[in-house]
Amino acid sequence: MRNGNLMLSIENLHAAIGEKPILRGVDLAVRAGEVHAVMGPNGSGKSTLANVIAGREEYRVTAGSVRYQGGDLLAMPPEERAREGIFLAFQNPVEIPGVSNLHFLKAALNAVRRHRGLQELDVVEFREKVLERLRLVEMGEDLLLRAVNDGFSGGEKKRNEILQLAVLEPRLAILDETDSGLDIDALKVVAAGVNAFRSPERAIVVVTHYQRLLNHIVPDFVHVLVEGRIVRSGGRDLALELEERGYGWVQEPGAEVGEEARP
Amino acid sequence: MTLPAEARDRYLAAFERAVGGEGRPAWLRRVRDEAKDRFLSTGFPGVKDEDWKYTSVAGIEEREFDIAPRVGRLTSSDVAGFFTADAAVNVLVFENGRYRADLSVRRPLPPGVHLGTLSEALSAEGNGLVPYFSRSPANAFTDLNTMLMEDGVFLHVGKEVEVPEPVHLLFLTSGGGRPVMAHPRNVIVAGEGSRVTVVERYAGISDAGCLMNAVTDIAAGRSATVAHYRLQEDGPDAYHTASLRARQGKGSRFAAHSVSLGARLSRSDVHAVLDGEGAECLLNGLYLGNGEQHVDHFTTIDHAKPEGTSREYYRGILDGRSRGVFRGRVIVRKDAQKTDARQSNRNLLLSREAEADSRPQLEIHADDVKCTHGATVGPLDAEKVFYMRSRGIDESSARGLLAYAFAADILRRFDLPVVRRTFEEKLLAWLPDAGRIREFLHEPE
Repeated sequence: MRNGNLMLSIENLHAAIGEKPILRGVDLAVRAGEVHAVMGPNGSGKSTLANVIAGREEYRVTAGSVRYQGGDLLAMPPEERAREGIFLAFQNPVEIPGVSNLHFLKAALNAVRRHRGLQELDVVEFREKVLERLRLVEMGEDLLLRAVNDGFSGGEKKRNEILQLAVLEPRLAILDETDSGLDIDALKVVAAGVNAFRSPERAIVVVTHYQRLLNHIVPDFVHVLVEGRIVRSGGRDLALELEERGYGWVQEPGAEVGEEARP
Repeated sequence: MTLPAEARDRYLAAFERAVGGEGRPAWLRRVRDEAKDRFLSTGFPGVKDEDWKYTSVAGIEEREFDIAPRVGRLTSSDVAGFFTADAAVNVLVFENGRYRADLSVRRPLPPGVHLGTLSEALSAEGNGLVPYFSRSPANAFTDLNTMLMEDGVFLHVGKEVEVPEPVHLLFLTSGGGRPVMAHPRNVIVAGEGSRVTVVERYAGISDAGCLMNAVTDIAAGRSATVAHYRLQEDGPDAYHTASLRARQGKGSRFAAHSVSLGARLSRSDVHAVLDGEGAECLLNGLYLGNGEQHVDHFTTIDHAKPEGTSREYYRGILDGRSRGVFRGRVIVRKDAQKTDARQSNRNLLLSREAEADSRPQLEIHADDVKCTHGATVGPLDAEKVFYMRSRGIDESSARGLLAYAFAADILRRFDLPVVRRTFEEKLLAWLPDAGRIREFLHEPE
């Protein structure tokens, strides 16, 4: 299964918010073509892990390393990470009144393209691309003309994240609780958008509390994060097991520790 | 604060020069004498004066401003940049408070519209102007204007007349290295059912710490619609004090839009009295501060009659070590039942050293009213900045764009597209990374 190039390599990652340690030694390796699910109870550090990868400055890395495509990810500012192909689908996308969704998308895409030495898309090409991706997430064209996420419903915000993903075409997508607040129909649309994005050159890390999203975005690997450490790793069956038994059993001392997390 | 003897002599001499030999009505001389006596006895306000608590005008008091020489310095190339491409508009240019016919552009206006200088109007039909020279509220600066004013605009729009194009007024200071002062005085009278738009721009050419001290009085007759725009972009060493006073008749609509971005110290007073039933008032303002700038807005909306509506939106963006002051009074008189008043003041601080003081003040004497107000002061939302950066947009563009969007909420209420675009350009020029910000603003057509 491990054929693709190593894309993301996290070793002994420790991170804190203020003085409070959240991640206490995370190890994770993601190769091109793979889908990894990071599961865990509330407060286990899942969102922190997603945000540290995206570069949120409130999270202070206190030890460990993160390498992305062979480079030192932690040395890069968030915008450079994005241009290098990292995309975080936010758990709570912010509203930006006064900035048109369409213009935002175009500026973001052109920032990425400039960085990669590609020609900026002209109006016609951009419009075609956006309209095509819009159909993918079953989003109305009117949402493009509104301000970014301004007054969007929870479901519309999540779709908008996936639209951005589809337009920006990153290499590594991190979905932070993308399923939260979605009804089953919206969940299917979002999952379809993500699945359309899957390819041998790309990787996905799905951060989720519940396994229901994983029925639609089927992972190759499942990791269980508890108290800032990956305590267990396995295949997709592990997610089903968690669904059935809850997180309690993996948290108990002496519980079987998966190979991925073994020191 | 009483004036020091030296300053007293200086302002008295300026007064003698300003009033000397004018063929103006006797009442005006009386009014000016009274203003002079008040000013010379009380001097400039101090910070112990409640209305000036956050704004020290010591810098104005200490400086030796002089009346500019009679000979104008400005040439057509100095004013070219202020003209719009629209050939149909009137532009009246004033240099140091004096009319420059040779630099102005005059176009035909519909019958029933009189547009001219205040000095002409005072000579010709002076008595009709009496009420505009005894208006309240008066303060040291309006008194100073009354005693030292030389000219300004008199615009009269007859009953049911619509002025199709905005009237542009351009007030420039040109000290030629000396700190001159200018005291333009404007009177705008909109008759019953008339419609008119006036755009005032203030700017400094070869600025040397000039004082621009302007007063504009507006009367909006029954059911009249008056829109007033003001762009203050005086030079970085200038002092700017201005009063805009409006009195509104029954069912009239008055909008005052304002952008302040110039001057080391500026103080803009707006005072609107809704003196007829069902009048509507909109005060919409944006202020930008940087460096050591101090920018103060003091607004009063006085609901004197029932069923009036007022909306007030003021926003400030403060960078560097600048300080913004907003004070918004809303008065609802006992008779003004069914008043609907909303006020909001928001301040964005772009640096740790910048400061904003926001003081809404509601005085409600009627019981059946809807009044709301809100004030905020804070930095850019870090979540928004991070969100944009996480999409590949660099930090400086993200911050600039968010600041732009914050300010654009005020500019979108500017009904005149040509004025809105001018002000948008000013805002962009003020922000860093304008080039990148533009990418977000224009339709990809």
